[in-house]
Amino acid sequence: MGRDLAHLSDEALVALVARADDAALAELYDRFGRVAYGLALRVVRDPGLAEDAVQESFLAVWRSAGRFVAERAKASTWILTLVHRRAVDIVRREQPRRADPLDTAPVATAETTEEEAWLRLRRTRVQEALGQLPDKQREAIELAYYGGFTQSELADRLGEPLGTIKSRMFVGLARLRELLVEPGLEEKQWNAQEFTS
Amino acid sequence: MERTGIHELSAAYALDALDPADEQVFEEHLSRCAECREHVAAFHEAAAELGHATPAPAPPPQLRDRILSRVRAQRGANSAPLRPRWAFRATAAAAAVAASAALGLGLWAASLRSQVGDRGQVIALAGAQGSLAVDPDGRATLIVAGLEPAPIDKTYEAWVIEDGKATAAGLFKGGGNPTAVRLTRRVQDGAVVAVTLERAGGVDQPQSDPLFTTREPL
Repeated sequence: MGRDLAHLSDEALVALVARADDAALAELYDRFGRVAYGLALRVVRDPGLAEDAVQESFLAVWRSAGRFVAERAKASTWILTLVHRRAVDIVRREQPRRADPLDTAPVATAETTEEEAWLRLRRTRVQEALGQLPDKQREAIELAYYGGFTQSELADRLGEPLGTIKSRMFVGLARLRELLVEPGLEEKQWNAQEFTS
Repeated sequence: MERTGIHELSAAYALDALDPADEQVFEEHLSRCAECREHVAAFHEAAAELGHATPAPAPPPQLRDRILSRVRAQRGANSAPLRPRWAFRATAAAAAVAASAALGLGLWAASLRSQVGDRGQVIALAGAQGSLAVDPDGRATLIVAGLEPAPIDKTYEAWVIEDGKATAAGLFKGGGNPTAVRLTRRVQDGAVVAVTLERAGGVDQPQSDPLFTTREPL
């Protein structure tokens, strides 16, 4: 008891989780549980289902942490990838006819703590990047990611050819990545990945 | 960035926005295309940024307790040794499977795994390094490390074996690191999945011994 995990990196915590360290999982939850819940709630738009998505995702982290260790991805990316996938699975199962997710996005809570200020800053940055995309690219990405719509559902919904949707998603997400990841870092990572693949 | 044809699907894959049929095709492609694996990793990073952009109300405090108590319960269960209940011949395995293949399961494989969900199963293979992931509805993905590409006039063929009967469950070429294949048939309790090497185009019934199988029935 009382072991201080706060100084460890996210990736080091995942390595401990791979060795069945439940305190490390608790620390990861303390770092990302809130963002995970916010994302799940945005997608499934039901508090109970959002809890299910977060619970299943952290159990998946617990079971598959051993396979993460060798990878170059950030732990936070990995965790949110798991959360998003579970949330999308749930929303497709539970709500075959979805309302427009952009109309019903949850309202931000009053944010006072330091953690909340940091989350708000990060959110502003992403929203600014999204704002730099052409409207139709942004729409395709937001409806896919936050709404859980597949490409063909989007093509039907927007009355556009499937190829157009595919293209918008690719170009938009590539641009978003350029905007959100520091250029120097980006170059280094791409090069490193070429050697390890 | 290559963005023509199937490569273009890497963005939608990272957004979890592929239709099921496209997803199956793309995952198979991903097992062979290093460039797409890079793109998916990069796109997952961008998508995770979107995940950070949602308003984040605090989750109910009991969620943390529930997750941790489930994890502690699972840890108890995991320490029990698995009992191999099925022995299947794996004669030609050594010829087809590289001895020391590293399991390069990437971020995309984690997302495969997450599809299996809480009630799914992951079963190790006998005769090869890898596993079969089965979701609660019986949809199964086979992941094998170090599987050499099938010779030009041959194909790998997956089989679902139930009650002593083998049913064809898909053809694949191998050669990925790892190779990931979504089976075309669902897998029920008690079934075993096996892979044989057959003539190109596939066959209705296995004509050769299995190269590898699931270690035990579902």
